[in-house]
Amino acid sequence: MKFNSPKELDVFDQGRRSQSARRVISLSAASCGRASGALEVAAAFESGIKELGLADQVELKLTGCHGFCQLEPDIIIFPERYFYPNVKTTEVKRILQETGVNGRFIPELGFKDDQTGKITARLEELPFYQGQVRWLIDRQLDLDPLSLDDYLNHGGFQALKTVLSQLTPDEVIAEITVSSLRGRGGAGFSTGLKWQLARQVAAQPKYLICNGDEGDPGAYMDRGILESNPYSVLEGMMIGGLAVGAIRGFVYVRQEYPLAIDRLEKAIETLHQAGLLGEKILGTDFSFDLELVRGAGAFVSGEETALISSVEGRRANPRPRPPFPVVSGLWGKPTVINNVETWANVPLIIQKGASWFSKTGTEKSKGTKIFSLVGQVKYSGLVEVPLGITLDEIVNKIGGGARKGEKIKAIQIGGPSGGCLPADLFNLQVDYESLPRAGAIMGSGGLIALDNDTCLVNLALYFLKFAREESCGQCAPCRIGTQQMVEILEKITSGQGELADLDLLEKIGWTMQQASLCGLGRTAPNPVLTALRYFRPEFEEHIVEKKCRALVCPKLIAYVIDEDQCSGCQLCLKACPYGAIEIGSSGLPQINQPACQTCGICFSVCPEEFQAIGKVGGLKKDQVSLLTSGSN
Amino acid sequence: MKSNKDSHDQKLTIADNLLKAIPADRKNLIFFLHQLQDQLGYFPEELVLKAARYFSVSPAEIFGLLTFYSAFKLNQSCAHHIKVCQGTACHVRGSEAIGNEFSRLLGIEPGSYDPGKSIALETVNCLGCCAIGPVVVVDGQYQARVNLKDVEKIAARLTSLEKSDEANEI
Repeated sequence: MKFNSPKELDVFDQGRRSQSARRVISLSAASCGRASGALEVAAAFESGIKELGLADQVELKLTGCHGFCQLEPDIIIFPERYFYPNVKTTEVKRILQETGVNGRFIPELGFKDDQTGKITARLEELPFYQGQVRWLIDRQLDLDPLSLDDYLNHGGFQALKTVLSQLTPDEVIAEITVSSLRGRGGAGFSTGLKWQLARQVAAQPKYLICNGDEGDPGAYMDRGILESNPYSVLEGMMIGGLAVGAIRGFVYVRQEYPLAIDRLEKAIETLHQAGLLGEKILGTDFSFDLELVRGAGAFVSGEETALISSVEGRRANPRPRPPFPVVSGLWGKPTVINNVETWANVPLIIQKGASWFSKTGTEKSKGTKIFSLVGQVKYSGLVEVPLGITLDEIVNKIGGGARKGEKIKAIQIGGPSGGCLPADLFNLQVDYESLPRAGAIMGSGGLIALDNDTCLVNLALYFLKFAREESCGQCAPCRIGTQQMVEILEKITSGQGELADLDLLEKIGWTMQQASLCGLGRTAPNPVLTALRYFRPEFEEHIVEKKCRALVCPKLIAYVIDEDQCSGCQLCLKACPYGAIEIGSSGLPQINQPACQTCGICFSVCPEEFQAIGKVGGLKKDQVSLLTSGSN
Repeated sequence: MKSNKDSHDQKLTIADNLLKAIPADRKNLIFFLHQLQDQLGYFPEELVLKAARYFSVSPAEIFGLLTFYSAFKLNQSCAHHIKVCQGTACHVRGSEAIGNEFSRLLGIEPGSYDPGKSIALETVNCLGCCAIGPVVVVDGQYQARVNLKDVEKIAARLTSLEKSDEANEI
């Protein structure tokens, strides 16, 4: 189907959506849904519908992400909005018959709170969804990601229509500026201002880039949007193209996201066929094209100047700024680079208006932000929250607190460029100003909850190893600094550290922040510096007492077998790869401490009902030997 | 099938066919590397010169790209691939131990493969499935919430598959 004028887009807006009398079963089938068996469940639904002859009563829709990723595959049944988590193929027929046909909710299959036993029927009543403001995620709950019809039925391309038929480019930029939309990639630069700057430059042609190189480990908001609602991102770019005066846009997606790449390729192709991309779009004077670029696996590509090099077909080496990309970007031409989530917000602002958008948020940070709330919280997934919400609300209300009953002791926000904040700072507001004051950053949206089983020194080492591996190596502060910091942290986690090392870490970190070429090197020390600022006692314990309180650092812990709990099943003895477990004088297995490599295999094979193997910390090997032999 | 792909002429033909559809513009260079690797499973060193000539860049630049970006491999691929996610969410749930256990059971370091080139072990930074970690991808299949016992099962399955593959070849 081809559209020849903006007016033709209206056909879908009226009517079609309400026309469906069928009940819609919306199954989450993005990457994490598929990893949890969504496609098998989909097949079961399809054959069930056929077998029971329900094709005119029930429609199955494979959608993208519903946000509550931990309970996938999940289904939402419309119009009632009933929610069933962890759907199994064996439950499908019953769901079809009772809920699909009769609209009856099945309590046994609903979401049940472990502690209170309370069962929740509807999506919005789930504790996880309380307190969220889901402008972007809500649109994808019953959207077939690849269907242009469905996108249009959801009000898609109405914003483009408005822009083409009613607004001048300057008016579009003014609207985005007034909305106070800021870059969702983390830096928080004003989107309207960025567009304005690029528009003002005389050089032609101009380009756009969508930065979908979501490299922060522990963050997947952009994957969620790209897989679930690809057209919204493309529509945002088309509006941006018109406003800035660009002729071409590039959607750069990291290669680790094959499903997102596949969907974008197909979506772009569909838009070409529909006359929504290419020459004289919808019969107007606006010509614009989009192209997908598949990343090749380099974290530094997410840095905007490195991203430009990568699109140009070069190594993703960053270069100094200024000149900024809005002046000299792709092939030296003015280039606007925005993050996936930023682009996805653009149609929303045009459709609903800047004043509507800016009602939500704080004085300087408006709208919503999606976070990937993961780690040791009870409920994890993608959460969309109004800016200005406190960390406490996200972690303890939406996330439900710690999954193992203890308290969340810290959160890591902003990935390898961000920092760790302790629980007593959880009243901090999530916005572009408050978080940097505390030494962290808003970042692209990674939010990882940590409990007492996480060692902050080990985590700092993890991030620095990551930065060392991903450093492009052009500038010395980053190349050498990350290596030095890794060596010092390894020394500390293996019990060889000195107190002077902590000052040295701070000095190296400061130098990297000041002198590195690009954002990667300038922010790489943040995880260490914030950990030192808020969790210094943990570092000092590793150094002075040779103790890892979280019992994580392998060289600072020992495994012991509690003979009172041990059943003598000898699973540990058989599993130990180092032959370090032998039968003691009591006839039960015993760990020969000098031979033990603290790999933890025995700990993991010991059956849950016994839990006879424990970890101890703060002791030297010979002390542990004494401890265990003394108990005989 | 494997032996067909191994022959030099076969590789050249595949490269030629791909290049027919790709304009010799620098910006298409990474796209070409991806395309070729998608078909062959790796980027054979012997084709570096060809790519360099076609895109008018030095062979050093091609090597630069192939070694800078982690997606590209210069070594022939294995029959089975294990990817262990080491993203932060997986890390705090014990993915380091999972990688180590694979290494130990299979006797290979992450980033390498066994002597018979049958199983490759790789650690990756983040697959973006953070709510269901630790995540392991075996031959393209994602597995959620993997623990050390699962590792043993996966390793045992792949090792026995490999043995039956060998038996078939004989």
